[in-house]
Amino acid sequence: MDGVLAPGRPVRALGWTVICFLVLPILVIFPISVTDRRFLSLPEHGISFEHYANLFTSPQWLGSIGQSVVIGIVSAALAVTLGTLCAIGCWRLSSRASEIVRSLMLVPIVVPTIVYAIGIYRFWVDLRLLDTYAGVILAHTVTSIPYVVITVSTSLAGFDARLEQAARSLGASMRQTLWRVVLPSILPGVVSGAIFAFIHSWDELVIVLFIASRAIFTLPRRIWDGINEHLDPTMAAVASILILLSVLLLLLDMTVRRRREG
Amino acid sequence: MSRDRRLSWMMIAPALLLVTVLFFAPLVRVLMISVTEPTPGLGNYALLFTSASIQRTLLTTLRICVFTTAITLVLAYAVAYVLTHARPAAQRLMLLGVLLPLWMSVLVRAFAWVTLLRREGLLNKGLMSLGLIDHPLALMWNETGVTIGMVHYMLPLGILPLWSAMRGIDGRVLAAARGLGAGRVQTFGRVFLPLSLPGVIGAGLLVFIFSLGFFITPAILGGGKTIMVAEYIDTQIQESLRWGVGTMIATTLIATIFLLMFVLGRIVDLRTLFGAK
Repeated sequence: MDGVLAPGRPVRALGWTVICFLVLPILVIFPISVTDRRFLSLPEHGISFEHYANLFTSPQWLGSIGQSVVIGIVSAALAVTLGTLCAIGCWRLSSRASEIVRSLMLVPIVVPTIVYAIGIYRFWVDLRLLDTYAGVILAHTVTSIPYVVITVSTSLAGFDARLEQAARSLGASMRQTLWRVVLPSILPGVVSGAIFAFIHSWDELVIVLFIASRAIFTLPRRIWDGINEHLDPTMAAVASILILLSVLLLLLDMTVRRRREG
Repeated sequence: MSRDRRLSWMMIAPALLLVTVLFFAPLVRVLMISVTEPTPGLGNYALLFTSASIQRTLLTTLRICVFTTAITLVLAYAVAYVLTHARPAAQRLMLLGVLLPLWMSVLVRAFAWVTLLRREGLLNKGLMSLGLIDHPLALMWNETGVTIGMVHYMLPLGILPLWSAMRGIDGRVLAAARGLGAGRVQTFGRVFLPLSLPGVIGAGLLVFIFSLGFFITPAILGGGKTIMVAEYIDTQIQESLRWGVGTMIATTLIATIFLLMFVLGRIVDLRTLFGAK
């Protein structure tokens, strides 16, 4: 758009102020994480990394990180496989029925997690899956699938269907066509979906508050307990590392997307 | 059915089956519990009209959601507007500022606000050492704190659809309005604003819907004093074990959201809003 209605100085100032409001509160965590005091505060006499040392020597925190990594990777892998297949299936059909399927797949995004959490809790009581890896992984997989379907569908919308027909008419089998023609060209969308699915599980708190207790104590639950019970600078160290991790994943996603567009 | 179609349905089936059995079935179960426990009937729903604590919670939720949505929309509109007109380099930087918090764990963000807003937090300490205030301000464990945290969470969700709506506005229409003698204010008010209105309504309803059932940020920044509906459901079930009441409110919440989605679906294409198209 050209400069017909270029925003004046006050509007630009407001826009950038909002951006600062979005970013600065998060950055405050970094100085707090290297405080030399024993409570949440800015460093007083110098910088100290003892809270990071605490974090990396605490069996509780390390155990939670390990559990979250396992649950995140397994549920992301499942969600990506099922979600990608579903998106490709819908795309190939492109009929009324597949439109309905795609719309149904959006529902889990708008249903408040707390409502789903109480439903799946009752389900897992009956199936004896409370407080198990399988229970948490399945719940996270189901709630991640919509994100994968969305990102892969977006990729497919930009894919030329004639390429598939060409491969087929040149004698490639259906499986060969999907594996060697369709999948490579939508790969950025699939990777993007995988990152989303992993983050979804890695950050998920509300469901695990209901369906996990002693055996499964994921990282978000550990942080939740920390915020509610003992606010100490170790929390700031954890939060700093999580921020760096999200920045890393965001940059990875942006690189993948740029390749897709380029 | 042709082989091709059958294969397509076989690709769809596993995900569809899993979501049906492990998402929709539990959801229906919630609905069923609300009309069967403790006794069959609509007794739980009568509480909507008689229980003062439920009504208070619903009113608090409504008030916070309306304020959050209004503030978010105004601020998001400004950001989306600047974003639409910015040069590529500035645009990239700004977009990074929008996406960064979107990717950040909601718990980390709530934690950041706790360190800033609490009684002995950085904001109060800063203001006191500057001599601007004598006593710490009550910035959290009340509706102010919850609203600040929620606006922070919702802003990216408002900015992105607004930006995509504004990008779709044809610059030539604006140039034409100017060429025909309309002033800047007039061009904005009578051309740009009406054209961006579907985006505003879409973003507004989206933010409102996500605000309604929001749990983590309100629970942390409300500190048990300002209770929104999601936390109320949580307490009913985890602490009071009143499943009937908890599921009744959950069902009411979903019904409200589906109703809003239905309205939303008539105004804008939902899949565009979620980036599925």
